[in-house]
Amino acid sequence: MSAREEALEHEVPGTTKLFLWVWVALLIMTGLETFLAYEDMALLIMLTLLMGLSVIKTGFILSYFMHLRFERMGLFLIVVPVVVFVVCTILIVLYPDSIRMIHMQAR
Amino acid sequence: MNHTETEPIAEITWAGGPSPLAVNKKKLGMWLFLLSDSITFSCLLIGYSYVRIASPDWPRPFEFYPAIVKATLMTLILLTSSLTMVLAVHAAHKNNRARAVKYILFTMLGGILFDIIHISEWVNLILNEHVTPFHNPWGSPLLGGSFFGITGLHMLHVTIGVIYLGVIAWGFGKKKFAAEDVEVSGLYWHFVDLVWMFVFPLIYLINVAPK
Repeated sequence: MSAREEALEHEVPGTTKLFLWVWVALLIMTGLETFLAYEDMALLIMLTLLMGLSVIKTGFILSYFMHLRFERMGLFLIVVPVVVFVVCTILIVLYPDSIRMIHMQAR
Repeated sequence: MNHTETEPIAEITWAGGPSPLAVNKKKLGMWLFLLSDSITFSCLLIGYSYVRIASPDWPRPFEFYPAIVKATLMTLILLTSSLTMVLAVHAAHKNNRARAVKYILFTMLGGILFDIIHISEWVNLILNEHVTPFHNPWGSPLLGGSFFGITGLHMLHVTIGVIYLGVIAWGFGKKKFAAEDVEVSGLYWHFVDLVWMFVFPLIYLINVAPK
C-alpha cells in the first residue's frame, strides 16, 4: 500500500457507541418483523411491510457496519444503484404476472 | 516480457492525484464480488417469491416453535456477530491486534452457532417431517427445493465465512496481515448477514403456519 493510500485509510470512522445503537435498532426491527408475521393482513401488505423493514435494515448495515457512509460517493454509486436497478428490472418482468396469479387463486 | 515492465507504465499513466474511490484494491475487489453475489441471491429470492405467489398449494409449515423461534434466534445471532465483526475492524484500525482477534473469534462463534441451529433445523425437516427438494407431505414440492436451495447456499456462505475469518484471525494475530485485510473480511461477513435479512422474512415469516 502506498503512503498516500495509507494516509487515506488512517481515519477510523464510527464509535463503539454508534455501532451498539445501530445493533439495537436492528434487533428492534427484527422483533417487529416477527411480530408482524403473526398479524392478520393481506399477503401483499405483509410483503411490503416486511420488505420495507428489510430495506431499512440493509441501509443501516451498509452505511454503518460496512462503512459505506464514510466512503467516497463514487464507491456508493458503484455498488448500490446497480443492484437496485437489476432488482427493479427483474421485478418489472415478474411482478405484474404474480398479481395475475394472486387474483386467479380463490382465497 | 515479465510483469515488472507494466509497473513503470502504470506510474506514468497515473502520475499523482488522489485515488478516485479512496479504497485499496482488495476492498474494491470485495465490493465488486459482493455486488455480483447480491444479484445472485436476488435472482434466487425473486424467483422463489414468484413461485410462492403462483402456487395455490404452497404449504405454510413453520410453527412458532421450533421453526420461527429458531429462525429469529439465528437472525439475532447473525446480527450480534456483525456487531462483533465491526468492533474487530475498529480495533484492527486502531492497531489493537489482540482485541481485534478476540472479536473475530466471537464473530466466528456466532457463525458456528448459526450453522449448528440451522443444521438441526434441516435434520428435523429431512428426517422427521420428510421434506426433500422433490417432495414434502404438505403441498408443492417447490417448498423443499427453494428452502434447501436458498438456505443451503446461504449456509455455505456462512461456513466459508467462518473459515475465511479463521485464516484472517490467525494471520492478523501473527502480524502477517494488515488492518485492511480484517476490514475486507468484515465486508464479506456483513454481506452474509445482509442476505439473511431478506431470507428470514421471505422464507420463514411469509410461511408461518396459520392459526
